[in-house]
Amino acid sequence: MVFLEFEKPLEKLTEQLQKIIQISEEGDIDVSDKIQELENKIKSKKKEIYTNLNGWQKVQLSRHPERPYTLYYINQICKKFVELHGDRKFGDDKAIVGGIGTINGQSVVIMGHQKGLNTKLRQYRNFGMANPEGYRKALRLMKMAERFNYPVICLIDTPGAYPGIEAEERGQAEAIARNLMEMAQLKVPILCYIIGEGASGGALGIGLGDKVCMLEYTWYSVISPESCSSILWRSWDHKEEAAEALKLTSEHMLEFGLIDEIVKEPLGGAHNDPEKMSKVLKAHIKKEITALKQIPTDELIDKRIAKYEKMGQFDLLVEGE
Amino acid sequence: MGWFNRLKDGIQTATKFKKEAPDGLWHKCPKCAATHTVKELKENVFICPKCDYHIRIGSHDYFDIIFEGKYTELFSNLVSKDFLDFKDLKQYKDRLEASKKKTGLKDSMSVAHGKINKKSLVIAAMDFSFIGGSMGSVVGEKITRSINYCREHRIPFMIISKSGGARMMESAFSLMQMAKTSAKLSQLAKEGIPYFSFLTDPTTGGVTASYAMLGDINFAEPEALIGFAGPRVIKETIKRDLPEGFQRSEFLLDQGFLDFIVDRRNLRERLDDLLTIFSLSDAD
Repeated sequence: MVFLEFEKPLEKLTEQLQKIIQISEEGDIDVSDKIQELENKIKSKKKEIYTNLNGWQKVQLSRHPERPYTLYYINQICKKFVELHGDRKFGDDKAIVGGIGTINGQSVVIMGHQKGLNTKLRQYRNFGMANPEGYRKALRLMKMAERFNYPVICLIDTPGAYPGIEAEERGQAEAIARNLMEMAQLKVPILCYIIGEGASGGALGIGLGDKVCMLEYTWYSVISPESCSSILWRSWDHKEEAAEALKLTSEHMLEFGLIDEIVKEPLGGAHNDPEKMSKVLKAHIKKEITALKQIPTDELIDKRIAKYEKMGQFDLLVEGE
Repeated sequence: MGWFNRLKDGIQTATKFKKEAPDGLWHKCPKCAATHTVKELKENVFICPKCDYHIRIGSHDYFDIIFEGKYTELFSNLVSKDFLDFKDLKQYKDRLEASKKKTGLKDSMSVAHGKINKKSLVIAAMDFSFIGGSMGSVVGEKITRSINYCREHRIPFMIISKSGGARMMESAFSLMQMAKTSAKLSQLAKEGIPYFSFLTDPTTGGVTASYAMLGDINFAEPEALIGFAGPRVIKETIKRDLPEGFQRSEFLLDQGFLDFIVDRRNLRERLDDLLTIFSLSDAD
């Protein structure tokens, strides 16, 4: 298990617990009371820690190395799943995966950013940073969903779209912009979930939908706290302050009306009980698909656009000011 | 300005707005270092007469060039607010006030409705001098209202982009302006109203990754920096130097993301042509 800085008190308790369990397995001393006591302690400590997380801590949680990624969820949620590759124009991006599958007897198109599970795979997946091909593959799959009238599910988890020479040459900006415009008019329901990091245009590029939800310990912002710190504070040392200033947590995003719902995570975060998280997510998807399928297509698109049209905070000057 | 002292304070252009274009008496070209009088430059629509460098100008300068000074400004009562109480080294509220004072503008975008040879056009143009031309809620809302206006009156729409990207001080609100503007543009496209995207130096970040790349026609001024990531970020990521001319208009034209590059001196004429061609689309 990997413990983050603010989880250190849990590490000690967990170690103690493991020791006692070991002792109880070796000898015939009854320590079940002690075990129970420690387990309760861990639980209440967890509650204590997890109800008081600040922005930066949530950013760290969203990047927890044991946190489940897109393909894990897809395999847990879909009874059948066939991964599809390539944008039919240039290549196959490894940082965005997607395909067709079934959820409770409903065919769906499901996709998302994919991070790697170990050092080698992290490179293979380009750390979840997509090139234009990724966004174009996503669009290709969405257009297919539209042809066959399947709902689209997008799982979002990226530190940003890849800032490389080739990405620019092949039109990173155009790929993201095109997706936004096409997703606004897509004739089938679109469900989006931030499952980890929601960094900027790279996240939004598959993130425009009828219902946009965030898992509890994720973040969504125009820029990562690190980059924000480097630009506005001109130093990398203010990421905690930047994380607070950006108001990037799921609670903030819901309060601002920029997302539709928060999906609760198991105590201690999704990585503490990935199976339970998958079940919660699956139930949520099922419920949302059922509801969205009831809405006539024209109304669905009008509502979707109207939702985004409302997003913004500004003042109106009265004549003469 | 060194030993050049301004002879008169406030030598200004004709309109009430302070322009991004240089004022004063003399201007040194940032590219070829040739010095010209501002009067000379102005007569040449702020293009260096020696090397054709396109000096950065502001929204109202473009309105003057394109509409020959006759236009109505729309939605000018929209102003940004510090909704998130955002503070980095400065409070966002103070940045806004300072920018307003410095530029005489209310935000980084102004919208004008005018005519080119009797043909109507609505232009939303950005000012780089206002917090780096950053896109916040006001920019998104001005584009939204402009699009609704164009849909109501069936007028072609143009955006002149000049921006470092999304405005960080509005965090996810600025991010969502990408979704908002793209969604609104999809309505224009659906209803068959032309949208021209004119990219000027510089156009990067969330602006490029939304409305700037979504024109029925995308065109740019010569040598404008256009990209998703800024050159500094790319350089830091890949840890090597960037090729000559990378992310410039000519590069984007070559890569297939622009329809053409237009010299500012020909801008009005080119727009006139486009409007004429598009206005005939309803005829049999």
